[in-house]
Amino acid sequence: MIRAVRTCFIALACIAFSAVLAASIWAIAGDPGQGTLPQLLSENMSRSGVEHPVTAVLLNFRSYDTLLEIGVLVIAGIAGISMSKTTSLEDPELRTSDPLLYALQRWFIPLMLVLAGYLLWAGADRPGGAFQAGAVLAATGVLMRLGGIPMDFLRPGLLLRLGLVLGFSVFLLAAVVSVIGGDAFLAYPPDMTKPLILVIESVLTLSIAMVLLALFVSAPVNDAEDPEEGDPS
Amino acid sequence: MTSYLLYALAGAALCGIGLFGLLRLSHLLRKLLAFNIMGSGVFLIMVGLPQHQSGPDPVPQALVLTGIVVAIAATALAVVLIRRYYHQSGMTSLEGEAGSREGGPL
Repeated sequence: MIRAVRTCFIALACIAFSAVLAASIWAIAGDPGQGTLPQLLSENMSRSGVEHPVTAVLLNFRSYDTLLEIGVLVIAGIAGISMSKTTSLEDPELRTSDPLLYALQRWFIPLMLVLAGYLLWAGADRPGGAFQAGAVLAATGVLMRLGGIPMDFLRPGLLLRLGLVLGFSVFLLAAVVSVIGGDAFLAYPPDMTKPLILVIESVLTLSIAMVLLALFVSAPVNDAEDPEEGDPS
Repeated sequence: MTSYLLYALAGAALCGIGLFGLLRLSHLLRKLLAFNIMGSGVFLIMVGLPQHQSGPDPVPQALVLTGIVVAIAATALAVVLIRRYYHQSGMTSLEGEAGSREGGPL
């Protein structure tokens, strides 16, 4: 009885929350909108070094957000692998032996690697960029792991840590160098914008893929001393 | 009333649904999924509302793209933490809530 009353109360509160949110959206939508941000962006596109506005915002005009984001990702990745109880992140017992998966892998992995490279390059002038490419690269890694292709770099060690922090450190280096040069934090030199963005995007792709893959492989916990799943004792 | 405004309003509805799940469900994985639904609602509002006002706006789109990546990483970290919690305590929900041991295996 108390449970039902509580559920009703929570449902009412949530409906009220949604209604208030929808009402404020309606009120904002009624406004003509005095934002000058899109106009400002299209006026400054020629200075950004890339042709696609979303990439320009991500890696030039609001690159501070992207820097903090990759920082959050690195922290999440490190916390994830430090939580895992498997001593080696490359455990043969966790592999599946599915003949269909093996057959598919031979077709998919090269294709997905090419797709990741294309997405990275396409980010300059059409939808694409480091995050999409990193996600595809991480998916390739998941597929390779499930198929049992040995990936030594996933062992907790120097190579894994280097891969995790590579994107963040290169990004931070580019930011700090411009400060030392007497410019603002994260202001790229005007004639080096395009190559700098390309380098940062490439290392970001690698690091994002490493973080996502490390979080994937650190999720299983198999330890004989712990109770089996579904057996709370 | 454009279709973009409809997206923003659907985002508001998703926020409400997610909030209900977050408050009402006790299984930790379900709480996590509900929280993600709430986040998707926020993303829909952030993309739909500016698009209704002045066409596709790259600034909120870039912010949402950043948010999606952070949300994925945070969700993965939460799953790792939930699994660890389950192996340590044998429970699938937080202490003090009813039906702690009824959740079954993750």
